[in-house]
Amino acid sequence: MATSDIGDIQVAERALQHHFADMEQQRDTASFGMWMFLLTEIMFFGGLFCAYLVYRASYYHAFVEGSQKMNITLGATNTAVLICSSLTMALGVRAAQMGKPKLMVILLLITIVFGFGFLGIKAVEYHEHWVNHEFPGPSFHFETGDPAHPATDPQHTEIYFSLYWAMTGLHALHMVIGIGLVAWLVIAGLMGAYTPHYYNPVENVGLYWHFVDLVWIYLFPMLYLISKKHGG
Amino acid sequence: MATAVQTVERENYLNSNYGIKSWLLTTDHKRIAVLYLISITAMFWLGGFFAMMIRLELLTPAGDLVSSDTYNKLFTMHGIIMVFFFLIPAVPAVIGNFVVPLMVGAKDMAFPRVNLLSWYLYMAGAITALTAMVTGGVDTGWTFYTPFSTTYSNTHVIGAAIGIFIAGFSSILTGLNFIVTIHRMRAPGLTWRRLPLFCWSNYAAAIIMVLGTPVIAITLLLVALERAFHIGIFDPRLGGDPILFQHLFWFYSHPAVYLMILPGMGVISEIVACFSRKRVFGYEFVALASIAIAVFGFLVWAHHMFVAGISVYAALVFSLLSYLVAIPSAVKVFNWTATMYKGSISYNTPMLYAFGFIGLFTVGGLTGIFLASLGIDVHVHDTYFVIAHFHYVMVGGGVMAYMAGLHFWWPKMTGKMYPEAWAKLSALLVFVGFNTTFFPQFILGYMGSPRRYHAYPPEFQVLNVLSTAGASILAVGYVLPMIYFVWSLRYGKDAGPNPWNATGLEWMTSSPPPTHNFDETPVVTWEAYDYEHQPQEEITVGH
Amino acid sequence: MAEHKETGSVGHIAPAKLYVAIWAILTALTLTTVLVSLVDIGPMNVVVALVIATIKGTLVVLFFMHLRYSPKLTMATVVAAMFWLFLLLSLTMTDYLTRAWPTYPGH
Ligand code: HEM
Ligand SMILES: [Cu+2]
Repeated sequence: MATSDIGDIQVAERALQHHFADMEQQRDTASFGMWMFLLTEIMFFGGLFCAYLVYRASYYHAFVEGSQKMNITLGATNTAVLICSSLTMALGVRAAQMGKPKLMVILLLITIVFGFGFLGIKAVEYHEHWVNHEFPGPSFHFETGDPAHPATDPQHTEIYFSLYWAMTGLHALHMVIGIGLVAWLVIAGLMGAYTPHYYNPVENVGLYWHFVDLVWIYLFPMLYLISKKHGG
Repeated sequence: MATAVQTVERENYLNSNYGIKSWLLTTDHKRIAVLYLISITAMFWLGGFFAMMIRLELLTPAGDLVSSDTYNKLFTMHGIIMVFFFLIPAVPAVIGNFVVPLMVGAKDMAFPRVNLLSWYLYMAGAITALTAMVTGGVDTGWTFYTPFSTTYSNTHVIGAAIGIFIAGFSSILTGLNFIVTIHRMRAPGLTWRRLPLFCWSNYAAAIIMVLGTPVIAITLLLVALERAFHIGIFDPRLGGDPILFQHLFWFYSHPAVYLMILPGMGVISEIVACFSRKRVFGYEFVALASIAIAVFGFLVWAHHMFVAGISVYAALVFSLLSYLVAIPSAVKVFNWTATMYKGSISYNTPMLYAFGFIGLFTVGGLTGIFLASLGIDVHVHDTYFVIAHFHYVMVGGGVMAYMAGLHFWWPKMTGKMYPEAWAKLSALLVFVGFNTTFFPQFILGYMGSPRRYHAYPPEFQVLNVLSTAGASILAVGYVLPMIYFVWSLRYGKDAGPNPWNATGLEWMTSSPPPTHNFDETPVVTWEAYDYEHQPQEEITVGH
Repeated sequence: MAEHKETGSVGHIAPAKLYVAIWAILTALTLTTVLVSLVDIGPMNVVVALVIATIKGTLVVLFFMHLRYSPKLTMATVVAAMFWLFLLLSLTMTDYLTRAWPTYPGH
């Protein structure tokens, strides 16, 4: 017990960078830095949210028609997958805090699996939209699929799809980066890099992962659940 | 006579390590500042070259030196380089990087490796943008207005946009580093109320970097996507609204103009206090004015869009809000003046630049108020009046402050004094050259001469010739420091730790500072700018 | 404050049960929002969807991201982010909501 404590503190000391007074200052600083970074991420997505708000307010019906093409079952499943991944991530951070590196590695691996699950489902959806020409650009073509109610405003539905691809695409990119970061934690964790005295990277990647989840929590209702009825 | 006193050169950040690698892989904030200094200077000369081309073309009414297409590219590349690759990083990334950790008594920035990454991102962005320029140029203006940029321009818009996108992340990370450093790395006893105003203003600028830059990043990304895939977000033919682009662009770019001036204001506060031997008048107000400028700066962006087709009601709101920013700006000017009042003033070069700054910024700021009035703006929008306005604030303000700071902290950065007489001469040349260049442009604009044309009616020639003549004086004023700064590295007098007899922690360590900045972490027990209690020696250097 | 110091470099460790409970609530809310969206309640659909999303988001931030146990500075950061996003959206909309001529898209 005592020796492992000393070992822990030695790992921590090696991890203490020279310009900090102590581990606590380093930890608080790293965490604050990560929150600042997430703040910039919010503004980054914010530009897209702003475009979404403007066009949705202007072309409501076109947006409703576009959203009918979303597969709510897959979207909801993906939301659930992400929530599960957030749970395992949170538990993984907790394991790191409590000094259980093996448990942490296992939980992070599960998180990665969920992450790939999300991307897989997203890929299925993307494929469907792609073959239906629901991709903005010269080949874009939109039909409601209901002869009784032809598309009223396909031009502006294209803007809906532009935003759909841009927002979910940027989100998916963040997922890919997140998976990479978690994988790095797994490797470092296996090499014994983290102890209850030093686990900033785990905590910060955790924050990032939850943030990406958070963005999806908004994207899902904004893009999938605009309105099921009002076809046009 | 061998050496009577063998002076062993003290170890400092410059001689602690040698070789290219020790520079390119450094995480020392002081070395990173030097890296920025070199790269930013290069960009300044390139941007200046384009400016000279513009002024030469405008020497005669006919468009004879370059074609209109080339002219469009010239002013675009001038704007992009000067705004994104020179003025935005100039004071924070060079002077701030060097001085802020010293001022707060820290060994380094909070995230030294991120700091280095910022520089690499800056370089990557600059190289990308330069590649776009060399392989054909860009002609949209630095503002990238849609739908021209997305649909009609046949130049390398995507390359330039990606370059700025990458440099934007450099800016974001620099801002993040400042905020975290100032919050978390202050020496014991250095409370917020004792913090030098330069730190306050860099903090305010960092707020803008962190909150604004991501928005322009995503906006330029959308422009690139629109060009590549015709996704229609800004293209009116596809149902998009080009004015949305302007909203998103100015949401960043108006605050960004304050981002370019705020750190400079901090420099001026330091210098005015030091060379008046007085505490800054109304310290708290000056500090809070920085934050107020940063925050209010986000509320006024649509004053750039009064004639673009926004709603009149929105225009009204934005016009009123724009007047609001003038209040904290004026607070600063008044307080600097009050600081000098009854001070014992020394007229060293940094102070001369500070005088220039205060006067020129005031002119620029007041003409900003003109422009923020709806009625006047309809008349002078997109004329040389606007050009004169923003050059008064950006060159008369921003660049002057950068030069002031460079002279003020050069002894700290290099351990050497620059030659004072030459420096005074160049400060004078800059001031005279600047006014000769840009004051005529107010008149030109008022008479209706539009910006961004390579030819003009003959009756405007006198003022244009004046302007071009002024620009050449200005150029000499900028070349001189370049020469004597380099000269001083070898031949300059040794500066000693505190040549200006200034307060502030950065003057309490040797010049150049050692790699770890302070031998012992300083403990602060005094207020900022405690000049009244400083030994009342005259400033000895440079007389 | 004292409590915060005690935990020091280790940080707050929340019980695993709490995380599982949050997970359960989040999943339930996801189901709710989907079900509500299938019922047409006019303009309330958006409101309900956004309220539920905000509740979910708040839970994630407070518990999974430990905001509840974080320093005030972190809270200030989050508030700043929300505030600036609000500025971007609301001031942009002052234009779009009051445009009276045909450049307004959709008219
Ligand atoms: C004192 C407060 C200020 C006010 C009220 C103000 C107001 C304005 C207004 C209304 C315009 C738009 C003119 C038009 O295009 O018709 C403008 C343009 C501009 N201002 Fe200011 N300004 C102020 C300070 C500054 C400062 C401090 C800077 C930079 C350091 C600055 C840089 C610019 C730039 C770069 C433009 C032109 C952008 C372009 O169209 O290319 N302004 N200003
Ligand atoms: Cu402005």
